[in-house]
Amino acid sequence: MAPFSLPADATGAQIQAVEFAYERSPDQDARSPAHHRVVVVGAGPVGLSLAIDLAQRGQKVLLLDNDCKLSTGSRAICFAKRTLEIWDRLGVGSRMVDKGVSWKLGKVFFKGDLLYPFDLLPEEDHERPAFINLQQYYAEAFLVERASALRNLEIRFHNTVAAAEQRADGVRLGIDTPEGRYEIDAEYLCACDGARSPLRSLLGLETHGRVFRDRFLIADVKMAADFPTERWFWFDPPFHRNQSALLHRQPDNVWRIDFQLGWDANPEEEKKPENIIPRVKAMLGPDVQFELEWASVYTFACERMDRFRHGRVLFAGDAAHRVSPFGARGANSGVQDADNLAWKLDLVLRGEAGDALLDSYGAEREAAADENILNSTRATDFITPKSEISRLFRDAVLDLAHEHTFARKLVNSGRLSLPSTYRDSPLNTPDADAFAGAMTPGAPAADAPLGQNWLLRELGEGFTLLVAGDVPAWASRLPVQTLRVDTEGPVAQRYDLRPGTAYLFRPDHHVCARWRSADEAAVRAAIKRATAC
Amino acid sequence: MLITSPHLDSPDEFYEALIDAHRDLSTAQSHELNAKLVLLLGNHIGTLPVLKEALALARANTVSSTNT
Repeated sequence: MAPFSLPADATGAQIQAVEFAYERSPDQDARSPAHHRVVVVGAGPVGLSLAIDLAQRGQKVLLLDNDCKLSTGSRAICFAKRTLEIWDRLGVGSRMVDKGVSWKLGKVFFKGDLLYPFDLLPEEDHERPAFINLQQYYAEAFLVERASALRNLEIRFHNTVAAAEQRADGVRLGIDTPEGRYEIDAEYLCACDGARSPLRSLLGLETHGRVFRDRFLIADVKMAADFPTERWFWFDPPFHRNQSALLHRQPDNVWRIDFQLGWDANPEEEKKPENIIPRVKAMLGPDVQFELEWASVYTFACERMDRFRHGRVLFAGDAAHRVSPFGARGANSGVQDADNLAWKLDLVLRGEAGDALLDSYGAEREAAADENILNSTRATDFITPKSEISRLFRDAVLDLAHEHTFARKLVNSGRLSLPSTYRDSPLNTPDADAFAGAMTPGAPAADAPLGQNWLLRELGEGFTLLVAGDVPAWASRLPVQTLRVDTEGPVAQRYDLRPGTAYLFRPDHHVCARWRSADEAAVRAAIKRATAC
Repeated sequence: MLITSPHLDSPDEFYEALIDAHRDLSTAQSHELNAKLVLLLGNHIGTLPVLKEALALARANTVSSTNT
């Protein structure tokens, strides 16, 4: 595609109006199906992140999308610290943070009263905030900008995958375009085609889980309001009795308001502005002037595919797993899927890793999906009690939480997205030495200031060996980037470093091994294990 | 002395298990389960002043929340 760049002052309306052109590809005139090493389907936040990551690693990537537009409506709005750190690696983190609204504080209300405030990142010394709020169309636009600057990444809009046949050495795809169907062969296919994943159906695969019997209204309104930049959550507020409500700030004076409606609500009626406006007025008061930007009535499910890898096809994002929205675990976990998959697929395509490395994508991200589904299910059960007794307990917890801090730990208005630690990953080398703190094998690297920079900025695109104190001479013989850090200071504290301690980080910046004193053979063995060789 | 600061190992897991214990029970059965649970936990705690403090706190919180 032609380089795409947004004017610095592009408005949400302008971005949502962008239409990418359909362009005929030489593949459509080929006599036999053109061969592609890796094809990604779906140009949402997950597919774009994955395609950019693969392309940055030097792969030639084809990204197919059935549409020609960016996200309509705000949709996903909360992007977590870990997602921003991944996007930093992809060169778009600052673009997102500059436009987004950074936040870390929340408040929980019950009836008319403030129950308690909370802080999602009480620790200082992190480059990125706990969260930013940013309309999904901005996030996608910034990713498309980045993608269009990579010459080995081709995006084809108006290309709908209509047939998929799994073969021993790849997948044959039939693709519908405005000018008819054509076929291509892909060595590997990444399905990032969303919750209703057409590829899942085409391949005869299923997803399993639990559908919640409740309905929610999202109303994004534009207003000049002086609410603080915090996540406010109400249980049973006076303006919306017996249900819950959520208020969240987005850029451009847009505010996300979420109302629980109950299962009996009529979605068609509730979507009408004449029914939405009174609800918003009841919340904001009669004097606040606002405009309705976007609204949607939704139900939700927590479900996942049994396996994310099926031969040469890898499922990621909503196509592989879905959660309820409480906790911002949908888009964030999808971007983490991409982060996990890109380096593995790159090494397999280069012949530098065993095929089993792709199985570890499934194992690690299926476990992560379970963790997200568990957290999101618990929050949903707390927010929308399904029986008289669960409502009784819920309200008792809320009554007690006002005065007694123990009960606040039981209040669940959403456990907000944190990256998973791949504790049981086959890629980890188990600790042989004793360590304190959270940076166990499988953990995502915690950031910390490092000289004039940040630790995560200093970790490489490949494996990185971090050493406290002088880097041993043998390290230069290894296929790793080395990083010397001081034996005192914030990095040393977060990683429990002593002189000679070494950490091995994977290309996705998860810890895979650590030693109090490393030697060449041990590090070589750990790299071998982490690449399934 | 009754502990009212956070003391549970895993609050979300406890709450889930608590609600799960009531799954598919009638309201009358749920009351019965709750009564038995209080008796079991009371026995486990054992110390009368602590139990009396908990009873008084639960009652005061209930009376005040019902009044508002």
